[in-house]
Amino acid sequence: MTTTEVTPTHASLPLTGPRLPQWAPALVGLLAVCAAGLLAMLLGWGIVAFAFLAALLFVVALPLWSVSVEGSRGAVDRLTTSLIWVAFAGAAIPLLWLIWTVLSKGLPAINAAFLTYDMRNVVGDDQGGIYHAIMGTLIITGIAALISVPIGLFCAIYLVEYGKGTRLARWITFLVDVMTGIPSIVAGLFALALFVLIFGPQIRFGFGGSVALSLLMIPVVVRSTEEMLRLVPDDLREASYALGVPKWRTITKVVLPTSLGGIITGVMLAVARVIGETAPLLVIAGKTDSVNLNPFSERMTTLPVYIYYSVTQPGTVPFDAPPGAEAPGIERAWGAALVLIVIVMALNLIARLVGRIFAVKKG
Amino acid sequence: MAKSIDVSDLDIYYGDFLAVQGVNMTIKARSVTAFIGPSGCGKSTVLRSLNRMHEVIPGARVEGKIMVDGQSLYDPSIDPVAVRRQIGMVFQRPNPFPTMSIYDNVLAGNRLNSKRMKKAEQDAIVEKSLRGANLWNEVKDRLNKPGMGLSGGQQQRLCIARAIAVEPQVLLMDEPCSALDPISTSAIEDLIHELKSEFTIVIVTHNMQQAARVSDDTGFFNLKAAGQPGQLVEMNATKKMFSNPDNEATEAYISGRFG
Repeated sequence: MTTTEVTPTHASLPLTGPRLPQWAPALVGLLAVCAAGLLAMLLGWGIVAFAFLAALLFVVALPLWSVSVEGSRGAVDRLTTSLIWVAFAGAAIPLLWLIWTVLSKGLPAINAAFLTYDMRNVVGDDQGGIYHAIMGTLIITGIAALISVPIGLFCAIYLVEYGKGTRLARWITFLVDVMTGIPSIVAGLFALALFVLIFGPQIRFGFGGSVALSLLMIPVVVRSTEEMLRLVPDDLREASYALGVPKWRTITKVVLPTSLGGIITGVMLAVARVIGETAPLLVIAGKTDSVNLNPFSERMTTLPVYIYYSVTQPGTVPFDAPPGAEAPGIERAWGAALVLIVIVMALNLIARLVGRIFAVKKG
Repeated sequence: MAKSIDVSDLDIYYGDFLAVQGVNMTIKARSVTAFIGPSGCGKSTVLRSLNRMHEVIPGARVEGKIMVDGQSLYDPSIDPVAVRRQIGMVFQRPNPFPTMSIYDNVLAGNRLNSKRMKKAEQDAIVEKSLRGANLWNEVKDRLNKPGMGLSGGQQQRLCIARAIAVEPQVLLMDEPCSALDPISTSAIEDLIHELKSEFTIVIVTHNMQQAARVSDDTGFFNLKAAGQPGQLVEMNATKKMFSNPDNEATEAYISGRFG
């Protein structure tokens, strides 16, 4: 009998390979935490060392297990994945920790009076408030935005729409890049020097702070707006020109609306960058305990400056306070920090909402 | 109302680079003129110079004469914006304005120029233009939906509606069907046939069957030689071009022997 059987070579093509079970990372993670916890308890280590050790064990153990089962490619995949997760946790944990700390220390300070009183004639642990600092922050940052948004926007429009490739545009781009790197205290000193030249050495006012902040804001607005305008396809500009629309109308009615969402996000990032500035405002806007709503005369306090003074001059712990109590200025500083974070968050949310309303619609 | 275009001794530059040299042609009113030729030979460049879109590119310039209705388009006294209102253009890739609805896209030419119109007048223009572009029946129930939500072929017809809504004299089309499927292509070719009665149409195409189907006259462009500027090799009635062209190179190109 003749055998004419042909061995089906491709039937045995190995598409399956050994894989670790799905719960392998969880198991290794649990074991790593247990081992690190045991060691930490025995040696009396702190929580940071424990977390570091646990992460290290996890990153080493999972690929080792994997290399013995899945082979080298699987192990490299596991290693990279674990490193990415550890990096993510390393970035996220401090943020969550910060929010938790500010919330837990700041919330007790916050009540209606804290938000509506100022600090005039507040002695010791009397109820003080940050109304003056909130208003100062909103006014100074608001004016800074009013100055920088038009300048930054028009500058970016020039760079993208009119000055493309010209020597002037290259110089402006270079100077904007240099401005991005200006230390904020230098901007404050510049504003101080400028207004001292005009008004004399005793000048301290909120508007000066706005000028200093706008120096920091303009480069951020220019760069982000420029990027957004560059993203608008030339097709749209040509479509508009071909309908007999002049260039300036094309820019205002086609290019800007198309990129508006991104521009707003960029402006909000710039605002968030300067709203927490302390140094320039210390030198030019000064510090006061009273409400001052006029940016053009007298000193004006913002939240960061208020926090700085509350921490550096916290007052004394009252004699009848329970042991371990902190000076009244410290609690107020945490409360003010929480309010500052909430303001930035609220501005971000508003910006996202506005951006979504103007976003390019699809479908 | 449609106008004819006379081009004489046209040289077109990008900076110092001479892209197209010595074009002479007459584009007849109320007819379809097709430009064919291999890629990079300057068909689109010539087309864009007909409504002064060429100079939108930095460094681009034109020498020679283009006469429309007795006026030289490149005369210093001519306003390029006014030229583009009379000579509309449809591009290779559909480019509806992403921030606007279908309705607003059709009215874009009027809206962007802040022309004030009554609501009824606007509705009439939108319906007339969309009907003109064979799109009305497909979109009449969703005029307020974004223009980007339409299919590629519908978007291109929306762009044609947008171009004819400002009632230009001449309509330039730069490979309007190259990104479309055969069904949309045939819809647009039918549309070109209908639009011919009102507009002067110039179309650039890579598709020779399309040129044969839709055009009355055909111009064949080619590079003089590799690295040399493009030129107009031959311009004749389409029937003659596709059966018995004067020039050997034209015949070689049309019969597929090169290019």
